[in-house]
Amino acid sequence: MQFTQQMINGITIGAFYSLVALGYTMVYGVLKLINFAHGDLFMWGAYLGLTSLNVLLALLARTSGWAILPAVIVVMITVALVGVLVDRVAYRPLRTAGRLPPVISALGVAFILESLARNIYGASWKTYPTGITPSGRITLAGGVRVSAMQIVVLVVSSLLMGGLYLFVHRTRIGTAMRAVSLDHDVSRLMGIDVNRIIAIVFLIGPGLGGVAGMIVALYYGSFDFTLGWVFGLKAFIAAILGGIGNIPGAMVGGMLLGIIETLGAGYLSPQWKDVIAYVILILILIFRPTGLLGERVAEKL
Amino acid sequence: MDSIAGLLTRLRKVNPLWWQAGFIIMAALLPLPLGDYHRTVLWRTGIYVMLGLSLNIIVGYAGLFQLGHAAFYALGAYTSALLNLHFGIPLLLTLPASVIVAAFFGYLISRPILHLRGDYLCIVTIAFGEVVRLALVNNIFGLTGGANGLSGIDRPVLFGLQLRQPIYHYYLMLIFLLITIFAVRRLQNSRLGRAWMYVREDEVAAEAMGIDTTHVKLLAFIIGSGWAGLAGSLYTGKLTVISPDLSKFLESVIMFCIVVLGGTGSIPGAFVGTLGMVTLPELSRALKDWRDAWLGMAMVVMMVARPEGLWPSRRVQLAIRGETEKNQPAPVAGD
Repeated sequence: MQFTQQMINGITIGAFYSLVALGYTMVYGVLKLINFAHGDLFMWGAYLGLTSLNVLLALLARTSGWAILPAVIVVMITVALVGVLVDRVAYRPLRTAGRLPPVISALGVAFILESLARNIYGASWKTYPTGITPSGRITLAGGVRVSAMQIVVLVVSSLLMGGLYLFVHRTRIGTAMRAVSLDHDVSRLMGIDVNRIIAIVFLIGPGLGGVAGMIVALYYGSFDFTLGWVFGLKAFIAAILGGIGNIPGAMVGGMLLGIIETLGAGYLSPQWKDVIAYVILILILIFRPTGLLGERVAEKL
Repeated sequence: MDSIAGLLTRLRKVNPLWWQAGFIIMAALLPLPLGDYHRTVLWRTGIYVMLGLSLNIIVGYAGLFQLGHAAFYALGAYTSALLNLHFGIPLLLTLPASVIVAAFFGYLISRPILHLRGDYLCIVTIAFGEVVRLALVNNIFGLTGGANGLSGIDRPVLFGLQLRQPIYHYYLMLIFLLITIFAVRRLQNSRLGRAWMYVREDEVAAEAMGIDTTHVKLLAFIIGSGWAGLAGSLYTGKLTVISPDLSKFLESVIMFCIVVLGGTGSIPGAFVGTLGMVTLPELSRALKDWRDAWLGMAMVVMMVARPEGLWPSRRVQLAIRGETEKNQPAPVAGD
């Protein structure tokens, strides 16, 4: 019974990791860049969600769960636009500068975003308004409990991930995206506007990340500005675990990491659960740098 | 930007002996007119220059991305502290042990990951740094004192003189800093140093020329990590209180940025980088809250406007300028 309960909690956390990992993996796919700023964009999703919810609730003058929907849309659009802006200002001038400069630039953007959040919202923990999320619980056979919020999280993230998968595999833009991730120059020869595709990736990745930030904050109820770093690094591990650059890989990797971490915290020690995640990362990179589902070679000559 | 580059070129033509003598005299006289606070800031600057130079061996010479360097700094600091607290060994005598422990861990983690390069190496080193920090926070083996760290460490004693004032620590640091600069300069032009740069520029060609690339990369990690351990030991001697914050990711990023912003592979670059990343933010405590944003901004603008660093080493500058001349982004006005 405890095991099943842990699995369900693990899958919920895994869904968060997957949503954030998608942003890392998509950017890595098209740019071969670890977008260190992604975790902080995710965190901004949580903060912006809080602000827009508070504004909406103040306008409505009553507590209603329906306020979440417009808030999510505001967050998605805003964070996506910030993502495109970051790409335009900090990454695009460095397309031809090799691999080190964009990584430094990404770290710089992460610092800026985190510092902005801390100075604007303060360093203390922020809480979301209560009473707007579904609060029921279902007790399954054997006493395993699933909260309504967990179900919402799983449904929403499955919808988002399924939608993304269809978008990448069934649409023209998705096909162009996959082409760009294989080879920029050849894509350009085939008439693809590479910079436009990259901009679209920077719309979708941070957009999903922002929504994930808001869902995480709604799920836990409170958060602070370190959220971006903690979740960002974990999600990145998830992306590597599944094979970076590989979209289904990010989903699988996120789920796996969530489950392993929850089981580790439950059966070994909650203090060491982060260490477990890092050790998994180190082992994966040493023994199978392409990840579980990755096809790409880690280091080409 | 042209005028800055022109000025640097002209300054380079002055006999280097003058520069070195001038630098040592300046460094020796600088703290005298200052108060204790500013002497401590100078001391911090020196420690970070040492850390920058040690990381420079790994990132600048051998071209390996190391984003967990603070872990070795912390390992050095904790080794000194533990030896002093448990066995009563005088701090200055624990120094070699700190170097050895940090170098040994450098060997231990780098051995299995040397076949990784670029971003992958960078991520593994971040993960290793975090594992070290969490182990320190979680009070591993009941030794490290958890999140509060260790306190009550003896002050170092040199020839019967207890080093209490910041000025003594400044001179102690200065001696080691001068040794570091001397050693790094010698290393740079040694057979090993040339091998590192060869590996950095073209690993396959280096291997074809008979360089044991794994061996030299390993040596870069061992020497660089050990040197960070030395800086950690000096830190323990000055502060006598240490905490896991030493191995925070932010510290590793600061060290990495010192190297990259100053100019990879460049010794004066480490000074310039430290000035920008550590000294100025420290002195402008009024802007403390915005320090991280300021650092981030500096990182982005630097990369976009001058990716080779503020004071690049000659060889790096030639390589970068030659290769990507046509694709260089237009310099930002006012740089």
